[in-house]
Amino acid sequence: MSNDRPDIDRPDIDRTGTPLIELRDMQKSFGGIHAVDHVSIDLYPGEVVGVLGHNGAGKSVLMKMLSGALPRDGGEIYVKGERAVINNPRDARRYRIETIYQYLALADNLDAAANLFLGRELVTPTGLVDDARMEAETRKIMSRLNPNFRRYSAPVKALSGGQRQSVAIARAVYFNAEILIMDEPTAALGVEETRMVAELIDELKRQGLGIFLIDHDIHQVKALCDRASVMKNGRLVGTVDVHEASEDDLLGMIIAGKKPGEPGGAEEVLGAAVH
Amino acid sequence: MTDAASPQAPTRQRSFFDQFELDTRLLGMIGAFAILALTFHFVTEGRFLTPRNVFNLTIQTVSVALMATGMVFVIVLRHIDLSVGSLLATCSAMMAMTQTVVTPEWLGLGLNHPATAPIAIAVGILTGAVIGAFHGWLVGYLGIPAFIVTLGGLLVWRNVAWYLTRGQTIGPLDENFQLFGGINGTLGETWSWVVGGLAVAAALWALWNSRRNKVRHDFPVKPLWAEAVIAAVIAVAILGFVWLLNSYEIPQARLERMFEDRGEAMPEGFTQGYGLPISVVLLILVAIVMTVVAQRTRLGRYIFAAGGNPEAAQLAGIDTRMLTVKVFAIMGVLCAISAVVASSRLTFHSNDIGTLDELRVIAAAVIGGTALSGGIGTIYGAILGALIMQSLQSGMAMVGVDAPLQNIVVGAVLVLAVLIDIIYRRRTGDRT
Repeated sequence: MSNDRPDIDRPDIDRTGTPLIELRDMQKSFGGIHAVDHVSIDLYPGEVVGVLGHNGAGKSVLMKMLSGALPRDGGEIYVKGERAVINNPRDARRYRIETIYQYLALADNLDAAANLFLGRELVTPTGLVDDARMEAETRKIMSRLNPNFRRYSAPVKALSGGQRQSVAIARAVYFNAEILIMDEPTAALGVEETRMVAELIDELKRQGLGIFLIDHDIHQVKALCDRASVMKNGRLVGTVDVHEASEDDLLGMIIAGKKPGEPGGAEEVLGAAVH
Repeated sequence: MTDAASPQAPTRQRSFFDQFELDTRLLGMIGAFAILALTFHFVTEGRFLTPRNVFNLTIQTVSVALMATGMVFVIVLRHIDLSVGSLLATCSAMMAMTQTVVTPEWLGLGLNHPATAPIAIAVGILTGAVIGAFHGWLVGYLGIPAFIVTLGGLLVWRNVAWYLTRGQTIGPLDENFQLFGGINGTLGETWSWVVGGLAVAAALWALWNSRRNKVRHDFPVKPLWAEAVIAAVIAVAILGFVWLLNSYEIPQARLERMFEDRGEAMPEGFTQGYGLPISVVLLILVAIVMTVVAQRTRLGRYIFAAGGNPEAAQLAGIDTRMLTVKVFAIMGVLCAISAVVASSRLTFHSNDIGTLDELRVIAAAVIGGTALSGGIGTIYGAILGALIMQSLQSGMAMVGVDAPLQNIVVGAVLVLAVLIDIIYRRRTGDRT
């Protein structure tokens, strides 16, 4: 696990300026079920905000509205204080919002370079796809992110989980994302690969990116995030500073849907579970 | 820096054959085709690989092969098109009516006017594109499965064609139009050599260009001698094909008529080979264009991406619904081009033109290595598939196999070819 890393390189986040992202009153229903019910979260430069909750809590739906993969029923998105129009993935990319999906969203039959540039291919002056240049660019960025990566001409289905993950991350990094959405980026990875992703997240933070990290793993959230927003049944339970909240506090928010100190909160639920 | 020079590169000694970096699937198919052809040649006591038979084989393959290149895109995108034979009939009927009724009577151009063939072909291609796009719209935007849309299309367009011609056979077709039919339109010996020479030059340029591109980006390249061997094999294959078709001689009686038509006397001892049929040149051009679309354009990249993982393609901002419309429209255009070849080979339009072609076309694509699960397929594979199917059929006919048994064998070969492909993919770890 990576939660025993010392917290030395974690500067305080400046939350006095304009947030990178403000999600205001976001709403989404599927056939009468409120998947996301009036949720507001903000994200500052250099900050990692964990988005927590059980399956079906609405965290992925909320993030998909930000990345343009799902249209929203209501609410507004502000990017650096300006109201943003995000109706599809291309719109989101224009605001430098990049997403790394849980199932990686790679086309298995294509190689690393084709996946990295999917939808944004480099072309020659005659308008043909410039595979050689794309592979050269891919080699450049991969030598930074995953120096052991060698298999540039293999379809990505032949790659390991970690190699696939590095292709997905390279896609976000290459296009100079300012806002990164990571949906359980370490779910398919081993210990060593998880550590590499954690280091990368720290590196991106230092560069001033804002990151939303969807995760189940509380240890991971404690280790990687600055704040955590917990969702339950489509509603936002609350947003807390992970350095002030204990793991039990977070668990209570996830399970009981109560903020620390509220009646019926973590202490009682966990107490009941133990006894 | 090349991989071979870096310390992490595999130290395994590259074998002689590895140095060529050849596509083993392509080699396997060419091998299968060669064994098939040689077997028939042996069994028929040398009648299979004659200039005449090779000529006939190629012109018989063109119509199905043209459509098979489009079917690759359709299947790669995880769809199917059962309507291609019927769509071919509708396009053929539209073109037949255009050149026998619309241009000579309505436009008053008379018969065999130089503008007739271009107008008719344009009408056919427009028909194919519109109907194909309509199929794609039903599939992509309305969400009706392609199997159902095109099964409906199979019945609809076959009988729309019937109404267009009121069930009549329409012919003879325009003389210039008939040039696309095969034996009625060949380049002759000199022009065949010119085209063959240009093809060799183009192939060498493509090889050299690809190597130069790799060198410029410091990618590993094959040894120069391996490149030279490949270039030589390609050149010999192209020129050998031209030589074979050039040695199929036009019968003396037909030559005499050709000279009479021009009001000249035929010189004593004059002979002339047929050379490359225009329809075969057309197929080669279509194959090149479709291969470039598949490998070097955004459209092709998106077709393969959406076939490999539709969700990933959508999340990458690709409009997969519009993509479906485009792919079916391309299929429709190829049905129209195929209709030009098929009807001009017959010299007339008949009601049953293209019947059962949907099965031959799908079989050609699948034998050629197109995976029905989507995302995988090649244009050259589909054309080779069509050639293998046609060789089987006409080879068995030459040997004297009964028609029912011919179909049994072709059916069994289809299933066997897919089985071999599945085993091959498992072995190479290239699962689908």
